[in-house]
Amino acid sequence: MEKERHVLVIFPHPDDEAFGVSGTIATHVQNGTPVTYACLTLGEMGRNMGNPPFTNRENLPKIRKEELKAAAAALGIQDLRMLGYRDKTVEFEDDEKLANAMLSIINEVNPSLIITFYPGYSVHPDHDATGAAVVRAVEKLPAAARPKLHCVAFSNNCVEELGEADIVHNISAVADKKLAAIQAHRSQTEQMFGDVTEKLKNQDPQMMVWINNERFWTYKFKN
Amino acid sequence: MEPIKDYLQVQEAINRYVNQDVYIHLETTNGAYASHHDQTFFSAGAYIRNAQVRYEIGKITGTDPYRVGLKINLGWIYAEGLTHFEVDEQNRLLLAGHDNKGKLAVALEISPTPFE
Repeated sequence: MEKERHVLVIFPHPDDEAFGVSGTIATHVQNGTPVTYACLTLGEMGRNMGNPPFTNRENLPKIRKEELKAAAAALGIQDLRMLGYRDKTVEFEDDEKLANAMLSIINEVNPSLIITFYPGYSVHPDHDATGAAVVRAVEKLPAAARPKLHCVAFSNNCVEELGEADIVHNISAVADKKLAAIQAHRSQTEQMFGDVTEKLKNQDPQMMVWINNERFWTYKFKN
Repeated sequence: MEPIKDYLQVQEAINRYVNQDVYIHLETTNGAYASHHDQTFFSAGAYIRNAQVRYEIGKITGTDPYRVGLKINLGWIYAEGLTHFEVDEQNRLLLAGHDNKGKLAVALEISPTPFE
């Protein structure tokens, strides 16, 4: 993995970082690169309440906030920012204001690499809206001054339309940190985690490929 | 939250807010990934937070899952599929419907003060 000056990760929900990019984050941290994680919402509209329920609609964000902090700590992220937007409403915010909010973080942090979602190929409306806002923000910078932009995509048509990911990081060296980050988001992952633990124990080949390889598409700017 | 076993408990909580200003949170959802996992699935949902209303009649009906309807100043509020309830420390009546995997499918919440 190329050594970066500063990595800025921008996602809308606590746990968006866990599955797709936490190994990459942990590797950058291990390389001594500062990582800033800007998380737009607290996942207020999450649906996992447990059976029997362990929380409710109003208390879920408090739980997820603590989980986000724990995941960031597990990965060694020192600069975690919670931006105070609300889950499932990001796409309805003022586009220009949202882009400017992203730009002010970019200008402050001055990252050499930004990681976010690929707009249009990331399934959840908040994912697409966040990625689009980051793209608009970076487009405001002169082409020569733009940081690299690595995007996560997972819509059913992403490979068909974008081609295969041009960056694949094998993160097996830090898989333990990745699993700790996934586990930190207990309210969201515990249900599926029983299954994951079992498959890991058996070194399930599909699961190992999924856990150990993090895929990114370098964003291609039109202007 | 606990399962709604005695609907009268919920009815009493609803009655507490009759004819006064209350704030409503109402949502239905299939989750943002429903159509991603099953492309034949038509995903729909709706959400309103902090609608200020007054209701003259509020009623819980049905047998598990339950329905709640509120007759408000100029219209109605209604939710179906409700399975759990709680009156929290801020005196808010939280009602929710969870599927058999514990995922929230519907929520109707009534509060004397605005939600955060």
